Amino acid sequence: MAKMNLVQAINSTLAYEMERDPRVVILGEDVGVNGGVFRVTDGLAAKFGNERVQNTPLDESGIMGIAIGLALGGMIAVPEIQFEGFLGPAYDQLVNHAGRMRTRSRGRFTVPMTVRVPVGGGIHAPELHSDSPEAIYSHHPGLKVVMPCTPYDAKGLLLSALRDPDPVVFFEPKRVYRSFLEDVPEEEYLIPIGEAKVVSEGEDITVVTWGAPVFQALEAMDQLPDDVSVELIDLRTCYPIDIDTIAASVEKTGRCVIVHEAPKTAGLGAEISALVQERCFLHLEAPVQRVTGFDTIMPYYKLELEYLPEAPRIKKSIEECLAY
Amino acid sequence: MAQATTDRPSLSSQLPDKTLTKWLYDMQLIREFETRTAQAYQQAKIGGFCHIYTGQEACAVGTIACLDAKDPVITAYRDHGHALARGMDPKACMAEMFGKLPGCAKGKGGSMHMFDKPNHLYGGHGIVGAQTPLGAGLAFADRYRWEVLGKGSKQVSLCYLGDGALNQGAFHEAQNLAGLLNLPVIYIVENNGYSMGTSIERGTTMADQLTLKAKGYGIKGIEIDGMSIMDVYDAFKPLVDECRDLQRPGFVDLKTYRYQGHSMSDPQKYRTKEEVEDAKERDSIANLASHLMQERGCLSEDDWKAMQKEIRDIVKESVDFAEAAEAPSVEEELYSDVFIHPLPNLSPSGAYTHGSKNPLL
Ligand SMILES: Cc1ncc(C[n+]2csc(CCOP(=O)(O)OP(=O)(O)O)c2C)c(N)n1
Ligand SMILES: [Mg+2]
Repeated sequence: MAKMNLVQAINSTLAYEMERDPRVVILGEDVGVNGGVFRVTDGLAAKFGNERVQNTPLDESGIMGIAIGLALGGMIAVPEIQFEGFLGPAYDQLVNHAGRMRTRSRGRFTVPMTVRVPVGGGIHAPELHSDSPEAIYSHHPGLKVVMPCTPYDAKGLLLSALRDPDPVVFFEPKRVYRSFLEDVPEEEYLIPIGEAKVVSEGEDITVVTWGAPVFQALEAMDQLPDDVSVELIDLRTCYPIDIDTIAASVEKTGRCVIVHEAPKTAGLGAEISALVQERCFLHLEAPVQRVTGFDTIMPYYKLELEYLPEAPRIKKSIEECLAY
Repeated sequence: MAQATTDRPSLSSQLPDKTLTKWLYDMQLIREFETRTAQAYQQAKIGGFCHIYTGQEACAVGTIACLDAKDPVITAYRDHGHALARGMDPKACMAEMFGKLPGCAKGKGGSMHMFDKPNHLYGGHGIVGAQTPLGAGLAFADRYRWEVLGKGSKQVSLCYLGDGALNQGAFHEAQNLAGLLNLPVIYIVENNGYSMGTSIERGTTMADQLTLKAKGYGIKGIEIDGMSIMDVYDAFKPLVDECRDLQRPGFVDLKTYRYQGHSMSDPQKYRTKEEVEDAKERDSIANLASHLMQERGCLSEDDWKAMQKEIRDIVKESVDFAEAAEAPSVEEELYSDVFIHPLPNLSPSGAYTHGSKNPLL
């Protein structure tokens, strides 16, 4: 057992799997000597060589496309895209090839690929470096989308992703990268993709979130009166959504608040809200609430925390939902 | 590089002293500005990512010196130098980085997003390479305006990119379109040898013959030593004139060097201190200053010192201005500038406001 932050947990899990499976190949901009922009692949090139930790030119479409080809050809491709905003140039390859290969070939070909992408705001970065596009990729059939927010979960989900025969977009919330340490067991364990986690049990209201806002939700809960009992769910996987866990909770509490950083319209909150009313209609005591970013691009820096769903807004929403 | 092959005096040598002195001023302004920017960043007064232009001053100043006032300019995120060279008020530039309302993007864009409409600067953009088709489109618009609408005159667009952007598909599509449609855009590759930690040799094929890439799209390409502003002017001015006249695209491999790390957080494991020191030996500002003092004899030590002092004051003033300026307010600015006719119910306050008027509009 070692104490690790999110970066270290991902780094050591990549090393673990590369040791175990010689087919695993990392590729991306400056992933070699520099260890990637966030140093997540630090030391891996020295350990496994440049063939397995392939430095690429600045070319996301090429990186994604070649990773898909590599995976089609029998390897386990692990491309890194430096920031979620740079998925733009790679979008075509990701959704039109990776996500569709199994269906297009009617099951004959698969793309075992884990696309690692730092995601989200809260680090004083501008637009394109602070976005939360998880709903976009969840919308496209054929892609699984995960977003762990703790070192422990990152290890278990990353191993599941690396061993999944289908493509997985593995979002890493940058705000959490180095924010805290946690015990991460040395031995392997898998956390199934598609399983949410009940972070804290409660009776009065369900809060569903994922990524960095999990910690903002915890902060909001701290500020609530002691007699308010919140059930906090960390979705962990954005697609497929674990509606069973959410529904079980909402059936118990009758109230639900969904929190995400992405803009509100057509965000994942809309989908979850629809699923909740499909599954829990007769249990609901109040309309499902959403605390989200706004329908504008992430503003720079001074307004960043106004854009993000910080604790005060979450707290207010919980109170309103309870008072309904 | 751009050596005169005949006895004809070079173009820059025929320019008046005051023009070259202005170049020196503009380059020094950028250098001082960037020194202060880096300081402010280290003091956490500037957030996010911040890419410093120091070392590359002759690129922006030398190429923009060849333009008409109305020629469009578009660039990537290492854009403070272009903004200042194009004439942006240092206050608007500094305030933008401080995230303050009088910034050129109302303090909501930051270091990578400098825009200046009166000076025809169409932005700094953050997706590497993605500005290059836009450069072709700007050229298309200008050509269309005089050719089809019969208004205005022949313009040339300058589209800057880094050597890393050479490898993006968008740039190849842009060059093909520019070549095919005869668009007067000049792609200026500010080739500082690195794309973050990846040297150009490790990032692109034929790194020492980049003009061949342009040739494949039927685009005339030249190499210029970007550490000498006289060389930049001598070689670039004829290209601008030609592209304007013939309404054709151009390509420049403008060889330069950045003295600082890629951004403010760069361990620089990919290069040696000696390499950086060697580049500084060829410093464009020091060279021009000594040219003006020794060869032209039009600038004294004292003049140069006075100029540096004046610039220090101007830049300091821009920092003071940025510091004192007000930040964009949540109510007014968080959800402004999305659409001309916005959707009030989606704004955070429930009531859309247009926010304040962009000072540079
Ligand atoms: C599409 C995209 N991918 C990656 C990045 C991250 N990034 C920002 S600058 C940069 C290097 C660019 O190098 P170059 O084009 O040579 O410009 P320079 O920094 O040298 O001015 C990278 C990889 C980005 N902004 N956009
Ligand atoms: Mg470069």
